[in-house]
Amino acid sequence: MGTDSSNGIGSGINAAPRETLRIVVTGHVDHGKSTVIGRLLYDTGSIPQGAIDKAMAASKERGLNFEFAFLLDAFEEERKQGITIDTTRLSFSTDKRDYLIIDAPGHVEFLKNMISGASDAECAFLVVDAARGVEEQSKRHAHMLRLLGIPRVGVLVNKMDLVGYSEETFAKIVEELGDYLAALGMGADVFVPLSALSGENILKASDRLPWHKGPTLLGALDGIAKGPSEDGLRLPVQDVYKFDERRIIAGRVESGSLREGDTVLISPGGRTSRVLSLESWLPKDRRTSARAPESVGITLEDEFFNQRGDIVSHQTDPPVVAARLRASVFWMGKEPLRVGRRYKLKVATASTDAVIDAIHSLIDSGTLAPSEGAREVGLNQVAEVGISLRKALALDPFASHKATGRFVLVDGYDVAGGGIVTLAMAQEPARHGFVKGALSARSEVFEEYYLSFGTREVTKSPGDAPALYGVGDRVPLSGDSYEYPYDFDIVVFRDRVAVLIRDGRVQDILRLDDYSFQGLPLVNGSGYKVIADSEESFRELRDAFLSDGPKNEAALAQRHLDFNAYRRIAFSKADYSI
Amino acid sequence: MARLDHLESLEAQSVYILREAYRNLGRLGMLWSIGKDSTVLLWLAKKAFFGHCPFPFIHVDTSYKIPEMIEYRDRVAKELGLELIVHRNEEALSDGMGPDRGRLACCKALKTDALASMTKKYGFDGLIVGVRRDEEGSRSKERVFSERDNDDLWDHTHQPPELWGQFKTEFPKGHHIRVHPLLEWTELDVWRYIGREGIPIIDLYFAKGHERYRSLGCAPCTAKIKSDAATVDEIIAELALTKTSERAGRAQDQEDAYAMQKLRQDGYM
Ligand SMILES: Nc1nc2c(ncn2[C@@H]2O[C@H](COP(=O)(O)OP(=O)(O)O)[C@@H](O)[C@H]2O)c(=O)[nH]1
Repeated sequence: MGTDSSNGIGSGINAAPRETLRIVVTGHVDHGKSTVIGRLLYDTGSIPQGAIDKAMAASKERGLNFEFAFLLDAFEEERKQGITIDTTRLSFSTDKRDYLIIDAPGHVEFLKNMISGASDAECAFLVVDAARGVEEQSKRHAHMLRLLGIPRVGVLVNKMDLVGYSEETFAKIVEELGDYLAALGMGADVFVPLSALSGENILKASDRLPWHKGPTLLGALDGIAKGPSEDGLRLPVQDVYKFDERRIIAGRVESGSLREGDTVLISPGGRTSRVLSLESWLPKDRRTSARAPESVGITLEDEFFNQRGDIVSHQTDPPVVAARLRASVFWMGKEPLRVGRRYKLKVATASTDAVIDAIHSLIDSGTLAPSEGAREVGLNQVAEVGISLRKALALDPFASHKATGRFVLVDGYDVAGGGIVTLAMAQEPARHGFVKGALSARSEVFEEYYLSFGTREVTKSPGDAPALYGVGDRVPLSGDSYEYPYDFDIVVFRDRVAVLIRDGRVQDILRLDDYSFQGLPLVNGSGYKVIADSEESFRELRDAFLSDGPKNEAALAQRHLDFNAYRRIAFSKADYSI
Repeated sequence: MARLDHLESLEAQSVYILREAYRNLGRLGMLWSIGKDSTVLLWLAKKAFFGHCPFPFIHVDTSYKIPEMIEYRDRVAKELGLELIVHRNEEALSDGMGPDRGRLACCKALKTDALASMTKKYGFDGLIVGVRRDEEGSRSKERVFSERDNDDLWDHTHQPPELWGQFKTEFPKGHHIRVHPLLEWTELDVWRYIGREGIPIIDLYFAKGHERYRSLGCAPCTAKIKSDAATVDEIIAELALTKTSERAGRAQDQEDAYAMQKLRQDGYM
C-alpha cells in the first residue's frame, strides 16, 4: 500500500527538510493497536484510495464489517488468522513533523518480531483496552521497551466507548499502569483516553470526554520531545578500503561528531592518530566535519593496522576495552540460552565468541519478580547474565552510549537474543603472563606439555615458575618440554601485546601495534614458533591472526606456526612416580 | 551541529547497508532494473565506495522491456564503466514464452526463474535489490537482509529479527541474501533525492504528450499514466496530490489481490 508521507495533512510540496519521529505502537492482543493506527492514518489522510478500496473489498469478501485493522493487513494469512503477525511500517504527517509507525503485534509468539520492529523506535505507545484493563502482555511489553532502551512511553487507553467514557475507569488504569512503569524506572509521559473505533479524541478533543484535560492523540504525538543526542564520538570501523591510493576507514558515526585534524583514539588497540581527511565521491559532498548518524570515510595520518570492530573516539571519552560483561538479555531463540554455551556476540561492527558465565537472575516479566539459580533462559524470557568474551572488545555501558552498548547473540545462523551492557569490566589481569603498567598479556609460553604413558593423553601444566613477569625479570628459558634461545620475542595476539626477551630477561613489554619485526626468533603466546622472516611477512600474518575469526585459526596455525621449533612433548612425571 | 534531515538520514542508512553487504557477503551483485529506484541505488553505491563500484550490476532482461530502457542501460553502463551482466531465460524465450501465455506465468518464467538461474550460475551470496516497503503489501514485511533458500524461496513467516542494525550474515551454503538498502524509502523520498542530487534518470518518467510512466517494466504489461509532469519538481508536486498507488500501471500486481505476494514467495524481486 502506498503511504507516502506527503499525503498527510499539512505537508507542503517543497517543504523544508522535516523531522521524522519513529514510534512503536504496542499492547496486548485485541486491545486495538491496529485500529488506533488505521484510524490515525485514515484521519490524517495518509492512505491512498486504492488501499481503502482493497480493504473494503477484503472485508466484504469475508462478510465482515469494515475494520481499520484491515488497512494494515497486507498478508493473506493474517486475514485468515485475524491477528497481526509481523511488524509493518507506515507513515503519516502532522503540521509539526513526519512519523514512522511501527505496528508491533501483541501476540506473544511474535514477540521477536515486535522486538525487531521496535528496535529503532524513539518512543512507544502502549495501547490498553479500557474495558479489560492492564493485562499480562501490557506489562511484558513495557518491560521489553525498557530493555530496548525506549524509556519514553505514552499510554493510550482505548475503547473508552465500551466503558461509557468513564473518568473513573480511566483514572484506575492511569494509577495501576503508572505504578508499574515507575517500578520499572520508566515514566509514562502521557495518558490519553480515546476510542479508535468511534474516532473520539484522535485529532480533536471529544465532547464525550469533557473531564479530560490532557491532549488528544495528535497532541500527545506532537508533544513528544526528541531525545538529546549523545555527544561523545563513537565511530565503529565498518571496513577499510584500498580501492585506490587512499586507505579509507569507513563507518557510521553512531554518536558525537568529528572534524579534520582531530586527534582520535582507536580502541581496543589504544593507538592515537590525527584525522587527515573526510573522503567523498562528489565534490559537492566534500566536508571537514561529520556528525551522527552520517556514514563517513576518513583517512588517518598514521597508517597502522586497524580493522572492522575497532572504535574511533576522542581521547577524553574513550570506550571500555572489556573482556567480561554484565548484561540484560532477552531471549528469542528456539533453544534456551544456557550457562557454559558459546554464542557469537555482535556489538556495533565488532564480533567475537562469547560464553555465558552465569545467569544472575531471571526476570518474570509478568510480576517483574527476579528469581535466582536458573541455568537457562527460555523463549521470550529476560535475564541478567554474566558474559565472557573470547577477545576483548571496545564497547560501552548502554547508559552512556546506546549504539556501542547493545549487542545481539547469534546461535547457529540466527540472531537468538539481544542485550544491553549494564557493566563492562576491563580485561581481567593476567594470572600467567606479562605486565607493565596498564599493559598486560596472558601467556602460556612457559607451560609444560606432558604425555601420559597410560592414557596417551597430552596435558598442559603451568609449571611452578612465578606466574607474572615484569620488565627486568628473568624468565625460565628451559623446562621439561621447551627450550627458548636467550634472545627472542613473544607476540600475544589475543591481548595485542609484544614482549622482548633479551639475555634471558624481559627487556620490554609493548603494544603489538608498536612492535616491529626484529629479525630474532619469534613465538606466540603459547610458545609456538611464528614463521616470519621479514617485517612484511610478519605484518601479513599478524593482520590475519587479528582479523580472522576462530574458524580460521587452525588453518592459520597450520601455515604460520611451528610447534616443534622450541617445544616437544615430555612423558608425564606423574606416570613414573606410580 | 544541526541534525541530519530526512533524506540525509536515509542516505546514511542506505550507505551503511551497502557497506555491510560488501563486507559480510561473499559474492555480491546488484540488480539493476534501469528504473529510478535502482538508479538511485547505483548512485548510493558510488557514494558508499567513494566512486568505485566493487561488484557487478545485473539486468534480468525479459526481452520485452521498453526499448529505450535497453539503450539507456548500455549507455550508462559504458559511461560509468560498470561490470554489467545481462541475463535472459533463453530456454523459455525460445519456447515462445510471453505475456499472452498469462501474465503471471510470464513474470515467473522470465523474471523469477531467470533470476534464480542467474543467481546459481554466478554463485551469488548476496543480491542488492531496490525494493521499497511502500511499493506494495508484501514488500512491507521485508527485512533489510532477507534470506532465500536453495530454491530461492522466501519464508516470510519465520524471519529472524533485525535488531539494532545487526543484519543476517550467517546462513547455510547455497542460500543467498537479498539486500534491500531502499526499504525505508518512499516513492516521494526517491524523487526528492533524485531532484536534490541531480541524478540522471531515464526520461520515460517525464511526461510527453500528456503521458508518462510512473513505474517501469515490460512494454506489454506497463501502462503510462495521464500526466503533464515533465520535470522532477513537477513529478514531486503531482505525487503530493495523487491518491492512486505507484504500481497501478503494473499489470501483474492487479491480477488478483495476492498476486504479488505469491510471486515474491517464489523469489521475485
Ligand atoms: N468498541 C471498540 N472496539 C474497538 C476499539 N478499537 C478497536 N476495537 C475492536 O477491537 C478488536 C481488536 O482490535 P485490533 O485493532 O485488531 O487489535 P490489535 O490486536 O491490538 O491490533 C477489533 O474487533 C476492533 O474493532 C474501540 O475504540 N472501541
